[in-house]
Amino acid sequence: MAVDTLATEHAAPAPGWKKLATMREAGLIAIILALCIVMSFASQHFLTLGNFRAMLMSFSVEGIVVVGMTILLIVGGIDLSVGSVVCFSMVLSGSLFLMGFDPWTASLAGILASAAIGCIMGFFVTVVGLNHFITSLAAMVIVRGICLIITKGTPLSLFTLPSGFKAVGQGTFYGVPYVILIFVGVVILFDFLLRRATAFRKVFYTGSNERAALYSGIKTSQVKFWVTVLCATLSGVAGVIYMSRFGAATPTFGAGMELNIIAAAVIGGASLKGGSGTILGAILGIALLSVVTSSLILLDVSVYWQDMIKGCILLAAVSIDHFLHQRKAI
Amino acid sequence: MASVPVLEIRNVSKHFGAVKALTDVSFSLERGEVHALCGENGAGKSTLMNIIAGVLQPNEGDILIDGRPVRVTSPAVAQSLGLGLVHQEIALCPDATVAENMFMATTNRRRKLFMNYGKLARDAQAVMNRLAPIDVRGNVGDLSISNQQLVEIAKALTLDCRVLIFDEPTAALTETEAQTLFGIIRDLKAHGISIIYISHRMAEIFSLCDRVTVFRDGRYVSTERVADVTPDDVVRSMVGREITQLYPPKQTRGERSAETILTVSDLGDGARFHGISFDLRKGEILGIGGLIGSGRTEIAEGICGLRPTSKGVVSLWGARLHSRSYADAVKAGIVYLSEDRKGSGIFLDLPIAQNISVLDLKALTGPAGLLNAKAEADLAGRFVRRLGIRIGGMDMPVSSLSGGNQQKVAIAKQLAVNPKVILMDEPTRGIDIGAKSEIHRLLRDLARSGIGVVVISSELPELLGLCDRVLVIREGSVMGEIEGEAMTEEAVMRLASGIGVNESSKASGHAA
Repeated sequence: MAVDTLATEHAAPAPGWKKLATMREAGLIAIILALCIVMSFASQHFLTLGNFRAMLMSFSVEGIVVVGMTILLIVGGIDLSVGSVVCFSMVLSGSLFLMGFDPWTASLAGILASAAIGCIMGFFVTVVGLNHFITSLAAMVIVRGICLIITKGTPLSLFTLPSGFKAVGQGTFYGVPYVILIFVGVVILFDFLLRRATAFRKVFYTGSNERAALYSGIKTSQVKFWVTVLCATLSGVAGVIYMSRFGAATPTFGAGMELNIIAAAVIGGASLKGGSGTILGAILGIALLSVVTSSLILLDVSVYWQDMIKGCILLAAVSIDHFLHQRKAI
Repeated sequence: MASVPVLEIRNVSKHFGAVKALTDVSFSLERGEVHALCGENGAGKSTLMNIIAGVLQPNEGDILIDGRPVRVTSPAVAQSLGLGLVHQEIALCPDATVAENMFMATTNRRRKLFMNYGKLARDAQAVMNRLAPIDVRGNVGDLSISNQQLVEIAKALTLDCRVLIFDEPTAALTETEAQTLFGIIRDLKAHGISIIYISHRMAEIFSLCDRVTVFRDGRYVSTERVADVTPDDVVRSMVGREITQLYPPKQTRGERSAETILTVSDLGDGARFHGISFDLRKGEILGIGGLIGSGRTEIAEGICGLRPTSKGVVSLWGARLHSRSYADAVKAGIVYLSEDRKGSGIFLDLPIAQNISVLDLKALTGPAGLLNAKAEADLAGRFVRRLGIRIGGMDMPVSSLSGGNQQKVAIAKQLAVNPKVILMDEPTRGIDIGAKSEIHRLLRDLARSGIGVVVISSELPELLGLCDRVLVIREGSVMGEIEGEAMTEEAVMRLASGIGVNESSKASGHAA
């Protein structure tokens, strides 16, 4: 490879920023493994297939949203409305189904409507010129309100969903739940695109230095717009899967989910300043949070303590992020 | 003048990394004098003023006030010592009122729980009335640039200063406002306040100041009584240096080509520049000189679609360009190297290869929309070798490189699209001598290979040593064009600072 020969040509074995980046992911894997080992001694229920499947299931759907959030963080944005949009997609598809639409058509409509919310947010960010934080904060409240309006505040019971549709959230393929397969598919697809596709390279340019990107002829507004739409669309996909899995649509579902999602992406190395982040890291981030949650439950830790402990983990991760950025500036 | 100087600088040196901004500089200021400080851009004036004002710390040397050594460790310490600085750049809070801005330092020092806004406004208005009829209850952000400059001056007047430094205070002022300011400076002087006055404008210096000190290349050159010298003497000592740096040989007479690559005619943006016309001929390096803020950068941005223009035509190889965006200009073959390398030139935390490829991703993209990583690495590898960029590895971030190598990456980025014209804004700013002359040789090679090269530089030796022809810009217009024998530092400085316009027209006549 040309890269390798050049690297050796110019001597100086790299002190390895890449290594450091992979070290962070390796570090996350090590922390997760260590936690698993400790837990396998602490609780006999931890190291069981059932528990692992439950953990994987629990973060698979959120993981789809994490992928969108990570890409949005790389471009320098953030989306606080993901929890509301997940719920919106679920509630809209659910009520369309109850109105007599085919569940697949209803789901497609839910996903497209979520994308439309992304378009509206993208409009306010790129054309009106508001920032992602404020725009998505407003969207979070507005979309949650829409969910309440659609359902008149009561959960929709969807037990009449055909089994073919329920299989998406509940069925398995040779013993592996479809949910996990979809999740892995999304992760592999976007990890690949992020590393190889030209369109996604522009996401890194824009997030790393928007002015330099602009001075390189990149239409940074368009990039930010489409990434915003992508994140909302993936939230819509997650909402539909949740509907299939639970056979119900609750207008309060997903409240507070955005914090978990952002925490996972940040723990996995995405910077709130933009320009850096990996899908693998973000997935490890949500895996870590999931293992922690599962452990806290198995250890019978009071529900009241769980949020606090997760918050502390987030704080530690953000501190590391800040520290790394300071080091980088030198 | 037998008394102890109010302020004395002894053997001060300051360097930023490898770049020496000041070397063993001394300077003294008597009580009640107006002392001019002159030098080219980059001579070290602003660095010294920032050291006096506590913004920067010297690496060596002493500052004495009334003969006693002091350490000015912060702007707050400078204020308590009675040293005030009127910044060249406006440093005000746009969302606060004029009065609040003027008394910011005083408010910060007071240890009171509540603000007395009524008194603040009255005191501020009293000071402001000496300068201009500006309502101190309005927000600073709503004022014009020249009024903001006046607020900056008023702010310094509210401090109980013994030494007041003005860093090019008239750059943004109208003639009348400048006259008012001169009146105030004379008044301050009569009250025994000492003034350091930094300016490029000889007329101001000779009507206002008692003594003039000249810096050059971060070193002290001379101090003279204004009465004993002429403006020409001052300009000469500002620029009179041997050219120690070796530049690549210029175009010979025989190499000169009549072919024109780029034609700019009557270009203007309705604000920062107007009536800009010039030709860029094949094989030459065209320099654009002028003081900082004269509109050089804006002109370059206007040519390559980074700044909207309201008037004029740009043609490349005879074909009229309609670049509404920079992407259009790049497509046509005009690229621009920004003077602000870190802010808008490179992606510090992205790998070297990704920095070099950014301008033309399409060429590296396959039919499926995927980047060809190998082609990208090859492209980057080619330019790393061609420009001799010293790197640890292609996948390392640009931030791991030295300033000179970062700049080469920025240039490689421009060259990777096979441009027809490159506009280089301060191509060698802040990089060491070795990398500098490598870049100079590279630019000469590019010109010789038929690429149009335009170099904007604040460094006169670079402008004169590197370029075949120089346009001098002042206040957004071309003041003159000099070439060949007429290319001297004095000629450029005269045109740039607006003195001796007659002689300069002679110079441009000679060139034409």
